[in-house]
Amino acid sequence: MSNPDSETPLVQVRNVSKHFGDGDTRVDALRDVSLEVHPGEVVALLGPSGSGKTTLLNVIGCILEPSTGWLSLDGEVVYDGRWLRSDLRKLRLEKVGFIFQFHNLLPFLDSTDNVAVVLSLAGFGKDESKRRAIELLDYLEVGHRKNAMPANLSGGEAQRVAIARALANRPRIILADEPTAALDSERAGIVMDLLRKVAVEQEAAILAVTHDEKIFDRFDRIFHLRDGRLDDQNT
Amino acid sequence: MNLAYRDIRHNLGRFLLTCFGLSLLLGVVLSMIGIYRGLVEDALTLVRTPAVDVWVVESGTRGPFAESSRIPGDTREAIARLQGVSAAGSVTYQSAETRHGSEKLRLYVVGYEPGRPGGPDRIAGGRPIGRSHYEMVADKRTGLSTGSRVELGRDTFTVVGLTDDQVSSGGDPVIYITLKDSQQLQFELAPPAARREIARGSSPGDTDTINAVIARVSPNVSPESVAEAARRWKHLAAMSQAEQERILTRSVVERARKQIGLFTALLLIVSAVIIALILYTMTMDKLREIATLKLIGAPDRTIVGLILQQALAMGTIGFGFGALLITSIKDYFPRRVVLLPEDGLALAAAVILVCVLSSALGVRLALKVDPATALGG
Repeated sequence: MSNPDSETPLVQVRNVSKHFGDGDTRVDALRDVSLEVHPGEVVALLGPSGSGKTTLLNVIGCILEPSTGWLSLDGEVVYDGRWLRSDLRKLRLEKVGFIFQFHNLLPFLDSTDNVAVVLSLAGFGKDESKRRAIELLDYLEVGHRKNAMPANLSGGEAQRVAIARALANRPRIILADEPTAALDSERAGIVMDLLRKVAVEQEAAILAVTHDEKIFDRFDRIFHLRDGRLDDQNT
Repeated sequence: MNLAYRDIRHNLGRFLLTCFGLSLLLGVVLSMIGIYRGLVEDALTLVRTPAVDVWVVESGTRGPFAESSRIPGDTREAIARLQGVSAAGSVTYQSAETRHGSEKLRLYVVGYEPGRPGGPDRIAGGRPIGRSHYEMVADKRTGLSTGSRVELGRDTFTVVGLTDDQVSSGGDPVIYITLKDSQQLQFELAPPAARREIARGSSPGDTDTINAVIARVSPNVSPESVAEAARRWKHLAAMSQAEQERILTRSVVERARKQIGLFTALLLIVSAVIIALILYTMTMDKLREIATLKLIGAPDRTIVGLILQQALAMGTIGFGFGALLITSIKDYFPRRVVLLPEDGLALAAAVILVCVLSSALGVRLALKVDPATALGG
């Protein structure tokens, strides 16, 4: 585990608010949220449905523009009242990896190409992309399924390929949306161990939205969201 | 990494089935264009076969195809003597119906004087007419072969030669017989009618009547000047070859031509709508994948390329299959289907354009997809 006090946070969220609609229809999804995640940390976002977990994940992932606030990713201020970069997709490609609840692998690409596609988008050549993709699959202990299509992978294997894809361009921030929700306890444990390994070995910050009680003890810190606010009782 | 190709390969069966459906549609469009061309070509075949420059017909008519025309049989000699005329021939045109075996045959009968303009331009089998009576040259579309015997009127004719692609503007295959035979067929009264005419004290009728005289003019002589000279005889009208062709395409087959043209245009519009719907549905099916691609950082050009390349692949394969299909079955159509390379290229270009425009719907949809869709929640 990292020492949060001694390193620059990879994710810094300051006073971020997000509301949808105006007047009578106004919904405050996030209210003055601030948090930091440091390299090597694996943190969870907890909260009931509608508490703003996914909205916060979308804001940190530069998918959703906050209404107010300040956001820094990997040492770069990306939002300060407005987006400071015009190409947010490139920003995501460089800095953020995503892991989804249902893996969201592209069904028409095999495991290797599902990982290589990110490298290809980042400008790597075909051979280099393939080589690095296979290395990653081996690292995540799913190299033996490198030629399998997503439809032929088990839930755990598919999620490991999805993690490999999230890590492909070596982002230092991994955002995970219910990464273990579709897995049984054993496989959920394996996935969390892998995320821990990635966080430690690659000095990455991992922020996961989860409802999965069986993995609560795998997180370094847990942020509780309620009605768009972070609880004081974060653990 | 070509995502369009990978996606197609992943759903190859469905993609090929879609292409096949599209190919049938485009095949129908292509065949309609071919039928349209065939109609015009058929209409012009008869008028082009004699390779003449001037048509002389009955005064006040636009015969012999657009209107009925009857002129005296000796008109040919008068026209042949005009300054600048190098050859002239008398011709008759009429429709006839007969039977050959158990088959009903609808024929378009051309009577001409062997050795003069008006006969078939090329014999594809057998020989030209050599006797003055009861021989015919028939188009292969009649289904007749050399040596076949066919009853026309009260006489039996023997097929001595065959032609290719000689049909009337109505699509009936053409047969050629001598002028004398055709005059008998067209103008001679049946024996009971002839006896009645004789009993009334009148002549049974002069059969030396023709429908038109066609003339070739010498090089450096204007067909219009010959036509002008022919018009001085008040009972005759004359027109150039170009005028005769214009009458056929603008008058005789005009309505059918417009009908097919309009139908072809409608089919093209229907094809465009169907292509747009297919592409839209294909994009709808991939929304989650597109959202994922956007989320992991794929630029718009990658998404647009995915949709556009699949649209072009579908259009190209659909058109290719369609063209191949129609080319291989066009000869089985009851009427001539003329597939010109320029028409094929024009349709291919139209299909490509339609695919590009139609994919705009899918592209618009894809570009509006929120990457957050991939995250759910």
